[in-house]
Amino acid sequence: MITILFFARLRDIAGESKLELELPAGVETTADLVEFLKTSRASFAEALTSGTVLMAVNQAVCDQNKPVMAGDEIAFYPPVTGG
Amino acid sequence: MVHILIKVQAEDFQLSDEYEQLREYAQGSGAIVQFIGLVRDLSVEGKLSGLALEHYPGMTEKVISEIVANATERWHLSAVRVIHRIGELANNDQIVFVGVASQHREEAFRGAEFIMDFLKSKAPFWKRERSAAGTYQWVDAKESDQRALDRWRLRANTAGTSE
Repeated sequence: MITILFFARLRDIAGESKLELELPAGVETTADLVEFLKTSRASFAEALTSGTVLMAVNQAVCDQNKPVMAGDEIAFYPPVTGG
Repeated sequence: MVHILIKVQAEDFQLSDEYEQLREYAQGSGAIVQFIGLVRDLSVEGKLSGLALEHYPGMTEKVISEIVANATERWHLSAVRVIHRIGELANNDQIVFVGVASQHREEAFRGAEFIMDFLKSKAPFWKRERSAAGTYQWVDAKESDQRALDRWRLRANTAGTSE
């Protein structure tokens, strides 16, 4: 299983805040996962291409392509605006 | 041992309580600097009635801990307390508290400023502005917040931060 999270504006566009799914066949990296999500639902494709999209794997910011393994939590979110 | 407290909560905080806590843990320190961020009632869109704040539970606390750890590596801080509120907030409500104790005021000022600058552009919080009519709009990240980080790289004392 992997867990996918969408936050803030991306959640509104995706229409989901949390998904749990079996690691899809052929998905080995975060880039593969993004491609998989984009083709699995139109709203995910829209969310993942709306402006700057940041990504964290297991709650650590992921700047580039990273391996994805069963048990991982992958979050997608827009630039942060706290403080 | 540096006393560190990091809290993300819906409840308000009492400045006097935070100050007393800092003072207790800051035995021997000569300075305490406290910053409080408030909800503003104006944006580029016009008059607001408040804000709603959401966060990424777990990662938010982790990122703030890393920022505070970086600050304690750069300066001699004896106590650091950070509180950030989430949920629905009204105009003029308190959003964020950063309190830093140190032997010297310069280190306390720098530490508090560093923590706020990094919190604003690294900690996963997102604001929605609430208009007077009750509609919500996500707030866009500001380039000026990102630029605020650049000056920390330019300063001579960059040891202990990977940012």
